[in-house]
Amino acid sequence: MITLKVNGKQRQLDIEPETPLLWVVRDELGLTGTKFGCGIAQCGACTVHVNGVATRSCVTTAGSAVGKDILTIEGLSPDGKHPVQQAWLAEDVPQCGYCQSGQIMAAAAFLKTKPAPTDDEIDKGLTNLCRCCTYPRIRKAVHRAAKLAASRKA
Amino acid sequence: MTRTVQTEGLNRRTLLATSLSAAGGMMIGVALPAKAAPIFAEAASPETLSPREVNAWIVIEPDNTVLVRLAHAEMGQGTATALVMMVAEELECDWSQVKCEYASANRNIREKGVYKGMNTVGSAGVRTSVQFMQQAGASARARLVEAAAKRWNAPAAECVAAGGKVSHPASKRSLTYGALAGEAATITLVKEPAIKTPAQYKLLGKSTARLDTPPKLDGSAKFGIDTRLPGMVYAAVVSCPEFGAKLKSVDEAPAMARRGIIAVVKLDDAVAVVADRYWRAKAALDQLHIEWAPGPNATVDSAQLDKAYVDATHGPMVSARKTGDAAAALAAPGAKLIEAVYEVPNLAHVPMEPLNATVHIQPDRVDVWIGSQSPMQALNMAAQQTGVAPENVYVHNQFLGGGFGRRSAHDELTHAISVAKVVKKPVKLVWSREQDVRRDRYRPQAAVAFKAALDEAGKPTAFDSRIAVGSLLRSLGASPVANGLEPMAVECIATTAYKFPNIDVGVMLKNTHVPVGFWRSVGASQNTFFIESFIDEMAHAAGQDPYKFRRALLDRPDFLAVLDLMAAKGDWGKPMGPGRGRGMAIVETYGSITGQVAEVTVSPEGEIKVDRVVAVMDCYNAANPNTIEQQIEGGIVYGLSAVLWGEVTIKDGGPVQGNFNTYRLMKLSETPKIETYLIPSGGAKWGGVGEPSVAPVAPAVCNAIFAATGKRVRKLPLKNVDLKRV
Repeated sequence: MITLKVNGKQRQLDIEPETPLLWVVRDELGLTGTKFGCGIAQCGACTVHVNGVATRSCVTTAGSAVGKDILTIEGLSPDGKHPVQQAWLAEDVPQCGYCQSGQIMAAAAFLKTKPAPTDDEIDKGLTNLCRCCTYPRIRKAVHRAAKLAASRKA
Repeated sequence: MTRTVQTEGLNRRTLLATSLSAAGGMMIGVALPAKAAPIFAEAASPETLSPREVNAWIVIEPDNTVLVRLAHAEMGQGTATALVMMVAEELECDWSQVKCEYASANRNIREKGVYKGMNTVGSAGVRTSVQFMQQAGASARARLVEAAAKRWNAPAAECVAAGGKVSHPASKRSLTYGALAGEAATITLVKEPAIKTPAQYKLLGKSTARLDTPPKLDGSAKFGIDTRLPGMVYAAVVSCPEFGAKLKSVDEAPAMARRGIIAVVKLDDAVAVVADRYWRAKAALDQLHIEWAPGPNATVDSAQLDKAYVDATHGPMVSARKTGDAAAALAAPGAKLIEAVYEVPNLAHVPMEPLNATVHIQPDRVDVWIGSQSPMQALNMAAQQTGVAPENVYVHNQFLGGGFGRRSAHDELTHAISVAKVVKKPVKLVWSREQDVRRDRYRPQAAVAFKAALDEAGKPTAFDSRIAVGSLLRSLGASPVANGLEPMAVECIATTAYKFPNIDVGVMLKNTHVPVGFWRSVGASQNTFFIESFIDEMAHAAGQDPYKFRRALLDRPDFLAVLDLMAAKGDWGKPMGPGRGRGMAIVETYGSITGQVAEVTVSPEGEIKVDRVVAVMDCYNAANPNTIEQQIEGGIVYGLSAVLWGEVTIKDGGPVQGNFNTYRLMKLSETPKIETYLIPSGGAKWGGVGEPSVAPVAPAVCNAIFAATGKRVRKLPLKNVDLKRV
């Protein structure tokens, strides 16, 4: 048995410790917001937060996440009002939407480390892939989210 | 670029539901101009009976919510929102109260095509739907007005439908649509109302926020891969590496010994493992030692294929276009000849959601959950493969995590059904990324041999092109293409708007064992690279500016408007620094004219950076400029990944590339600055927008590289081209 804390709840899971966290959240817990894109940590569609750090869950074992705080897109906010989600809404970022959970999770974690990022810092900090190529709007939305988060703090 | 985004009610107000409304209110039938079968007379089934329907497309709930049914797939191109806008434009409902759901493919079978083809291809979703979706909305509105007029005993002409209500200003009475829907159901119109012309639009043509954005922000949007059913099991599958080879043997024991494994299913050319969890199935599959029996193409590689296609351009051709006498003009004394051979590779679709399908087979019923561009084809394939009558097959279409032309052949569904037949449980079969890339149906590799002649003034006198490319229809088994002429193989070259006095376009359809299919922008993708690069060569040979050279060959005002604007906004002619260059390309495809100017920097070491792309599109009429802008940006970056790195090469008869470490995709940091200009010139025509902007990118970038370095790129992708200047 493995106990994992996911979105604030302790979950007892009868799984092999080497099970990737991606498949734990999707198939054991039914949290399908986190997506499978490549399985080799190249695309970031599987991005979750582990102790607040953006983590590609397809290559993170359940065993390695024991005792840590795991946050999925479903847990990012209770009402869709996280600054990143609000900025994504205002800029109408998603097209097919499949990569967007990962993009939002990556951006949310990124903005905690870089609350007022430059374009250069965004370039280096956000490496999730998008096949519909929503990148121009993602960039705008990241700047917008940064401003929104700052105004909420003020 | 500024755009006005309609933001009525930014709170979470709209849902793309995948289940139908439950029965409860009054059934409404309506006579649409087309032959519409009476809805309530059909055999009752949950998918047919929908009592609060105004017609098959529109349901109005008592709380005034308007539910619009979509006969096209939403794969990011924004068609769902546009289709709802068409209805709302005429219905005059409150935009904050609209909802949508997929129309039922099963009902389409039972009601003999009430939802028509339900195909989402060819950048045609909006432009083929606008008339009848507007009509559906207008018809519903007119009957709601008549219902109110009747109830108030007032003349219908004095009643006004607006904002989800009908009112009679003279007597200060009003009723919501929801309150009137029941009565409206009983009304037959003497005459169907006329629909609005674009000049009368209040909603269509305005940038409108997408209806499907909110669920895509919080993980609640469901894609095919997210399907969960009681008792469902999971399957992982791998096909043989060589196309056309077969499975020889596999020892199931190592898999069966692992936890949760239910079955190892041997297919003709693939092995699937079924388990209680996807990861267990995949891990077991990876462990298996599988023996494949080599097929007839076990020694085929890209070097051979590349040569075969180039050789074919010198061989016999089927004539696709003949104007004047190009051969004579090429042979004329004093003619300056330009010749070039261009080549492009196979390209993978790589939707971010790998292909997958979930099926539940019962003796008298089959259910399929899938993201499909063609749910009718999925339905008929499932019926055929299971032996269950089509009337008893249900396809529950989902959001597609990218389509790009891949999600119409349903190879993943074939696998899922084969497995479900064996294990006799609901099965979700998921393709790994490697399976998705290696069992794709590629944008075909192609080669073209060009010959052109210029007179002393540098004007073209002849244009001759010989194309060798695979036939998509033959590869898909859709048609033998008996006359050897496939429109996709020659589009944009045979149909060029350039006014060459003598034109000869020939094609040789050449299929190998590599499967090919429809890839976003299809024939326009390779043929625009071919012709827009070569026209640049011609301009250079004539000693002329590529913009002016093209301009002199075009006489259509719509073409010239796009060309002139892209040159202006693209700063054409302004000096650029060393190692920097500008290139342009323009094409008419899917009924729209799209042009791009690209700016690149090429370092002395030969590294390419695409700095900026200026894009102009005339699609004549625009439903939602917001999502059109998304498509232009998206298509550009989709095309950039392809021109820079895209190739699926063949070794030992099978594809080499498999995942993002070998099939590279563009990142945020590599995306150029993109400026888009939408100049819909109006009129009766509607042009498509989902695919066109992919086509001009490759030649615009390569022409820019020529401007920057003097090196002409004739074979893609760019990663294989040596641009070193040190």
